[in-house]
Amino acid sequence: MCLAVPGKIVSIEGTDPIFRCGKVNFGGIVKQINLAYVPEAKIGDYVLVHVGFAISTVDEAEAQQVFEYLRQMGELAELEEKQ
Amino acid sequence: MRFIDEYRDERAARHYSHALGRITRKPWTIMEVCGGQTHSIVKFGVDELLPPAVTLVHGPGCPVCVTPVELIEKAMEIASLPNVMFCSFGDMLRVPGISRDLLAVKADGGDVRIVYSPLDALRLAMDNPEREVVFFAVGFETTAPANAMAVFQASQRGVHNFSLLVSHVLVPPAMEAILSSPENRVQGFLAAGHVCAVMGYTEYEPIALKHHVPIVVTGFEPLDILQGIYMCVRQLEQGRAEVENQYSRSVRREGNLPAQKLIRQIFRVVPRKWRGVGEIPQSGLGLQEAYAEFDAETRFGVAHHTADEPEECISGLILQGIKKPHECPAFGARCTPEHPLGATMVSSEGACAAYYQYRRPKNHDR
Amino acid sequence: MRLITNIEDQKTMTGNAFVCPIPLEQYPNVLLAHGGGGKLTHQLIEKMFLPEFSNSMLGARHDGAVFDLPASKLAFTTDSYVVQPLFFPGGDIGTLAVNGTVNDLAMCGARALYLSAGFILEEGLAMDTLWRVIRSMALAAAEAGVQLVTGDTKVVDRGKGDGVFINTAGIGLIESKAAVSPSSVQPGDAILLSGDIGRHGIAIMAVRQGLEFESTIASDCAPLSGIVMSLLASGIAVHCLRDLTRGGLASALVEIAETARLHFEIEEAAIPVIEEVQGACEILGFDPLYVANEGRFVAFVAPREAERALEQLRAHPLGAQARIIGTVRDDNPGLVTMRSRIGATRIVDMISGEQLPRIC
Repeated sequence: MCLAVPGKIVSIEGTDPIFRCGKVNFGGIVKQINLAYVPEAKIGDYVLVHVGFAISTVDEAEAQQVFEYLRQMGELAELEEKQ
Repeated sequence: MRFIDEYRDERAARHYSHALGRITRKPWTIMEVCGGQTHSIVKFGVDELLPPAVTLVHGPGCPVCVTPVELIEKAMEIASLPNVMFCSFGDMLRVPGISRDLLAVKADGGDVRIVYSPLDALRLAMDNPEREVVFFAVGFETTAPANAMAVFQASQRGVHNFSLLVSHVLVPPAMEAILSSPENRVQGFLAAGHVCAVMGYTEYEPIALKHHVPIVVTGFEPLDILQGIYMCVRQLEQGRAEVENQYSRSVRREGNLPAQKLIRQIFRVVPRKWRGVGEIPQSGLGLQEAYAEFDAETRFGVAHHTADEPEECISGLILQGIKKPHECPAFGARCTPEHPLGATMVSSEGACAAYYQYRRPKNHDR
Repeated sequence: MRLITNIEDQKTMTGNAFVCPIPLEQYPNVLLAHGGGGKLTHQLIEKMFLPEFSNSMLGARHDGAVFDLPASKLAFTTDSYVVQPLFFPGGDIGTLAVNGTVNDLAMCGARALYLSAGFILEEGLAMDTLWRVIRSMALAAAEAGVQLVTGDTKVVDRGKGDGVFINTAGIGLIESKAAVSPSSVQPGDAILLSGDIGRHGIAIMAVRQGLEFESTIASDCAPLSGIVMSLLASGIAVHCLRDLTRGGLASALVEIAETARLHFEIEEAAIPVIEEVQGACEILGFDPLYVANEGRFVAFVAPREAERALEQLRAHPLGAQARIIGTVRDDNPGLVTMRSRIGATRIVDMISGEQLPRIC
C-alpha cells in the first residue's frame, strides 16, 4: 500500500491514454511504468510510482515546503526568544 | 536520490525535534495509519526524536496484516491447483493461514510467482493462454488503481484466463471504527500519504469534524513524519481538529481523478473482514458485477473456511493501537518472525515485525 | 588445442569466437552418460576441463592432486554454488565458485593455492552453457592466481538438479603471524568496510523473471586475496576479516558479534551505497544492509591502526570506496546497533529467510 517511489520520466510511449507508458528513472534504475493516471505528466517530470503505476506527479515547488516550514519555525522561535 | 535523500537530513530532523519539544505542553497519543509509516518510524528511529509526552501508536494500515485467514486459505487452495499460476506481491508469501503459507505451497509444487505489478500477472496470462493466472489483489486504495487497470486491460484485450483474488481494504472506515471504539485512546492521526495521493483527503473532513480529531496527511520519509507529527501536535495544543496536508508535494485535496474513475468502474464498496479486528461495514472493495468473470473466488468456487487466530495473539489490539508489540506476553518468545502467531509479526509492515527487527532488546535466544 | 598458459592469452581468447571443444552437433546437451565414468566422461574431461585448467597436477590424471607445501599454517575451506540464474551481469556461477572459495581463504588470512571443483550437472544442460561456465572459472582462477588441481563430475536425471551445481574446496597458506578470527576482535577495534554494498544481489534481481529492470549494475564478484594480502603484509594488526555474501553486511556483522560476544556500533551515513543500488532497493523495498555481495569484506583492526588500514585498502582498486563504519564496544555482547541517518539508534539483526520484494 505504501511503497511508492519518486522517479523521473525519461521517455513516453503510446498515445492511447489507458495504455500510455514510459520509462522512469529511479536513481539510475530504469523501469517501464504505466502512466495512464498521470495524463498531464511529461518527460522530465517526477512521478510517484507504486507497483508499476505512476499515481501522482511530484510538485517540485511544494517539495520545498518541508524546509520552508522549518525555516519559518526557526524565525518564529528566534522571535519568541527575543520577546 | 532526489525527493528521498533530502527528507532524511539529520540537521533538519533535529530542528523538527527541538521544535516539537518547544510546542508540546500536554501528553498526546497520535496514530500513524500506514504500515509503511510504521516501518519508516522504527527503521530510522523517528520516535526517539519525539518529546516523551508524544506517544505514537501504530495503526492497521497494513493490508497484508489485515487480510483474513479465510482468504489466505482460499489463496493457498487456488495456488495448489495444477493448472494455476498464482501471482502475488512478495509481502503475502510468508503470511500464515491456519497452519502454512504460500511459500509452503510453492515448496509443495504449486506454481507461485512473485510479481512487481499486477500488469506482470496479466502479461503472464497473455503469454500462457493454456494456464489459469490468478493475481492476489491485496492492498489499500493505493493499489486499487493498479488492480483496476489490470482488470480493465484484461477485459479490453479479451484475456479470459486471468482473474483476481480480491482483498482490498479502505482506510476511512478503519479510522472510523478505531475512533468509535470505547477503548480508543487516539487523539490525532497521520493519514496515509499514498492512499491520499490516489483518493484525496475530502473523506477525512467529516471524520475530523465528527470525532474532533486532527488528521494530517503525511508522507513516509523521516522529515515528512516529523513535520506531520509537528502539525498534528500543534493542532492538538491549539484545540483544532482539521485536515491538513503535510505531503503536499504528492497529494492534492481531490486526489487522482482518473484513478478514482477507473476504481469506481471496476470495483464497488463491500463489507470486509479485517484479521484480528473483525468485520467493518463498507470497508473493502470487490469487483463490480460487470467484471465478475475476473473474480477468482467465483471462478474457482473455493470452499468457505473459518479460522480463529491462536488465542494468545493480540494483533487486533495492536492494529487498533490499544497495545504495543512489547506489551504482548508472546512477543519475541512464542511469537517471532520465524514462527508468527499472527499477521502483525509476519509482514515487515506489521508493528510486531518492525519492533522485533529494529527494537527488540537482545534475548540471546538463538 | 593450444594450452592456455597466461591471463593475457585467456582474455584474448574470450574475445574471439572461441568454440566449445565438445562437438555440439554431436552432443548439444549433457547426457547421463557424461557422468557415467566411461567414454563420454573421458571426452568431457579431456576436451573441456583439462585444457582450461591446465597444470601438471591435473595433467597427471590421477585420483587426487599430490603436491608439496612449505612448512606453514594452512587454511582449508569449501563452499557450494547453486545460484540462479546461472549468468548475471558481472559474472556467473563459475566466477562465484572460484572467487567465493578464494575469498573464504583470504578471510582466514590465507593466500589461496589450490582448488578442487565438483560438478553436479543436470541431464539436458546445454553443453555450451557448461563450456561458458568452465571458461569463466578458468579466467577467474587465473585472475586470482589459483590453480584447479582436482575435480569430479556427476550427472543427475533431468529435473533433479538446477542446471549446474558446483562445489569448490580450497587450500591456502597463511602468511602472517596474526590470528585472524572473531575471537581476536577487541573492544575499541575499528570496523572497516572495503567498499559499497548491494551490487551482487541487485544485479541478480535485475535479471530475475518478473522483476526485470534496466540497470548498469554488475555483480561485485571479485577475488579479494590481493587486497587482503597487501593489508596483512603492511604489518597492520588485523584482528578479523569477513567477506560479505548472502545476508549482506548485516548478517556478517551479527555473526561475528555473536561469536566474539561483543557489541558493534555502526554508522548508517558511513556505509557507501551507490545510487543505482539505492534506487533498486527503494522500488523493491529492500534494505541494502541485507543485500548480497560477492567482492566486499569487513576488517576489524586496532583503533590506532584504523586510518592506516583505510589508506592501505584505498590504495587497492577493489578498496577505493573503503570506509570506517563503526567501532567495537564491550557492553551488550552479541548486539549490532546502527546510528541511523537521522541520528537515532536501531538494532541490526539477522532476518529470517531472504528479502522478498514488497509493496507495503
